[in-house]
Formats: sequence, C-alpha cells, structure tokens
Amino acid sequence: MNGHSILKYVFFDIIRNKWLVIYTAVLFALCSGIIYLSRDETKSIASILNIVLIIVPLVSIIFGSMHFYNSKEFIQMLLTQPVKRSAIFKAEYTGIAISLSFGFIIGAVTPLLFTGISKAIFLLLFAGIFLSLIFSAIAFYFSISIDEKVKGIGILLFLWLFFSVLFDGIILLFYLMFSDYPLEKFTIFFTLLNPVDISRIMIILNLDLSALLGYTGATFLKFFGSASGLIITIVSLCLWVIIPVFLANKKFKRKNF
Amino acid sequence: MIKISRLNKTYNKLKALDNVDLFFEKGEIVALLGPNGSGKTTLLKSILGLVLPESGDIFVNGKNIKRDFRYREMIGYMPQTASYPENLKVEEVLKIIKDIRNKKEYEDELMKELKIEEMYCKKINALSQGMKQRLSAALTFLFDSDIIILDEPTAGLDPASADYLKMKILKEKTKGKLIIVTTHIISEVEELADRFIFMHEGRVKIEDGIDKLKVQNNGFRKSISNLFKEYEWS
Repeated sequence: MNGHSILKYVFFDIIRNKWLVIYTAVLFALCSGIIYLSRDETKSIASILNIVLIIVPLVSIIFGSMHFYNSKEFIQMLLTQPVKRSAIFKAEYTGIAISLSFGFIIGAVTPLLFTGISKAIFLLLFAGIFLSLIFSAIAFYFSISIDEKVKGIGILLFLWLFFSVLFDGIILLFYLMFSDYPLEKFTIFFTLLNPVDISRIMIILNLDLSALLGYTGATFLKFFGSASGLIITIVSLCLWVIIPVFLANKKFKRKNF
Repeated sequence: MIKISRLNKTYNKLKALDNVDLFFEKGEIVALLGPNGSGKTTLLKSILGLVLPESGDIFVNGKNIKRDFRYREMIGYMPQTASYPENLKVEEVLKIIKDIRNKKEYEDELMKELKIEEMYCKKINALSQGMKQRLSAALTFLFDSDIIILDEPTAGLDPASADYLKMKILKEKTKGKLIIVTTHIISEVEELADRFIFMHEGRVKIEDGIDKLKVQNNGFRKSISNLFKEYEWS
C-alpha cells in the first residue's frame, strides 16, 4: 500500500549517489569517443557493444550489492513499519533497476542517437536495459543470501567474470574436446544460459558482422534466422530477469534481519 | 498485550531463543537484561517480525503475528544503531516514515526537545552518531504507538536527550503503553522498570518485579551484578 513512497525515496537516494553519476559520465565519454573516432556507424556500435557487455554487468553487480549492503539497516528500520516485506523488496529492486537503466540510456544510447536512429541502436538499448535488470537482480539475490559484504561481493565478481569471460572459454574447450560430435544444439542451449552471450548474439545477428562472432554466436546464426532467433532471445532474457527477481524476493521474505 | 509461547530460534546450531514463554502487560515498563548474546535482541526482533522463529507463536493484542504486517502499526521501535539513506535529508527520512504510517497527528513536542527541527535540512551523511540516535528516538515516539520497544536507547545519546528520553518513557507508561527496554545500565532499570526479565543463552532465567530486589539488603545494583556474575561463570 505504501510501496510507492518507499520507491520514490529509494530513487531519490540513488540518483544523488555520486557513483551513479560517475558511471553515466564514463559511459558517455567512452561512447562519444568511439563514435567520434570511427566514422563507420556499424563499427562504432560493435565497439560500444563490447564495452557495454563488460561494463554494464560489472557496474550493475557492484552497485546493486553495495546499495543493498549499505542500506541494510534502513531496510531493517522499514521492516519494523507496517509494510509488507515484498513491498520493500519491490521498491528497493525497482529503484536500483530504474536508476541503472537510466544511467545506461544517458551514458551509452544518447551519444549514438546523434549518429542517427537504427535498429541496432534500439537493440543495444534493449540489451543494456536487460543486462542492468538481470545483473542487479543477481546482485540482490546474493547480497540477501550472504551477510558478509566481502564474501558476497567476491562471489558476485566471480560470477561476472564467469559470464563475461570464462563461459565462452568453457564452451570453446567443450567444443574442441568433442569436435567429432554434432554439438550445435548443445551450444545453443548453453548460450541461453548466459545473458551476456544472449545480448551479444541478439545485436550481432542484426549487424551482419559475422567476423565479430564468437564460436557460440556462429552456431546461433546458422540455426536461427534473425526473426525466430529474436523471439527466443527475448523470451530467454525475460526469464533471466524473472527468475532471479523471484528467487531474491523469496529469499528476502524469509530472511532474518 | 504481547504473549509469546514456546518460541525457538537457532542461528548456526546456536540456540538464540530456547522455548521462551513470556507475557507483557499494558502499562508496564519491562527491562530485558542479560549478557551479550543471551538472545535479548533476537527476542525483540522476533516481536518486530525481523527475525522469523522456527517454532512458537507471538500474539500481539490476541492476534498471531505470523504472516501479518499490520500489527506493526502499534509498535514504535528504536534499534541499537540506526542508519538511514546517506543521500537523503532528515526531513525526507521523516517524510518516508510518515507516509508509511499514514497518521495525521504527530507528537511535535518531541521534535523540539530532541532538537530535530534544527537538522531538518541536513543530509544524513552529515549527521553524527548521536544525532542519528536522536532522530531514531524521535521516530520511535512520533506515532503515539501502544507498544514501544527500545534496544539500548541511551547508549549513544547526550545526557540531555537521554534524560528527556527517560522522562518520555515514564510519561508514556502513564498513558497505558507497554514499554520494553534492553539496557546494560543498571541505574536506568532501577529508575524506569516495573519488572525485569533476565535472559541467558536464549532462556528466560529470572522474571521478577524490581521492588523485590530493591529491598534486598545488598541493594539493587549489587543484586543485578551478582546475577550477571553467577551466570557468566556457570
């Protein structure tokens, strides 16, 4: 019933946070720089994509977990008020997710708009927002579950490294080891297990830049035409938001503060 | 007013609450005593719904609080240490809580006595620990709740505010409220409480009136510290 007033103030608190401003400014500087240096629009989107795929999950994870750990005592205080636990969770998560998405839109998408509007920019916007939502939900899940700040952030950083770097390496290794077998379907399945890869493929499929595809992406491109591929990527991205949010909310409801 | 029956809570195999049965009446001030880690805070947090016990029930005004949140309208709580969103102003924090409580009348006198008005425009991260304590003291009494729960209320407060708080506690009692306090300061127990509950390793060891101890020949202070010593060594 009073979730809105909490959300409003969570939001006010976050947008005055200097790290969010720094994040937005750095993204803006990087993206404008890339656009300025390379005159080719496709190339600059591809470069920005690579930056976005690294920075957005990292910042979402760190920012989300720091916010939770820092406001734990205030959350405790809110929990002693006549409000539902899930209302507080919703307010906190929505506040973080909206702020991070705004930071991303202003930092990465607005510089691109000066080069003109294209489908790829729209998809980049879409992917960045999804990555912000997904990784802040994952951050919430782990910071709710783990009381020690250092341990929680450590695990989250490892997860980030896993999704950004290790995952593709493991798939490649897997592929080399079993190169005699038809593994295309497995690869597609594995890819859906990594939101970073899903976002990458979704955009590259629409950029016609097969040179930039990882091994995972190449198979993906072969199997799905861009139309059905897009539907599958959107569905799996949605699941990647819904499942961590659901699990985090469940944890939050049963947590001992 | 509050009835607790067979309450159990375990943290990593450590019994924080062990079959606790208690009853709190209207219009009394109860001091919750015990060494560190005896389960006082866990007990208070269970009443507030912050900690979810494994078994047992808590009834506030006859209603089981399991899966309920509305009963917290009746409770004002002051935690040991409070923290508020760093980037908000005091005024805004007050507004959030007021919005949530949705009550029309406030105890404005509190704001003057605890000198909250003069820090309205300050940001939370510019407040000292004592100022934050004053703010949470004000928030506790602001809504004229029937049950007041204070966890070491005077620990970080300046003498003037601490005195005001004690006076306020006694005044609220006369309005028929229930006040539960944890503290390590024995003189406070003597001044304020009608009854005390001594906890040790999650169990209620002694539940008694204050007056009884006062008349004992070695005095109240001595009796309480003997109590602590006795259980510390057992």
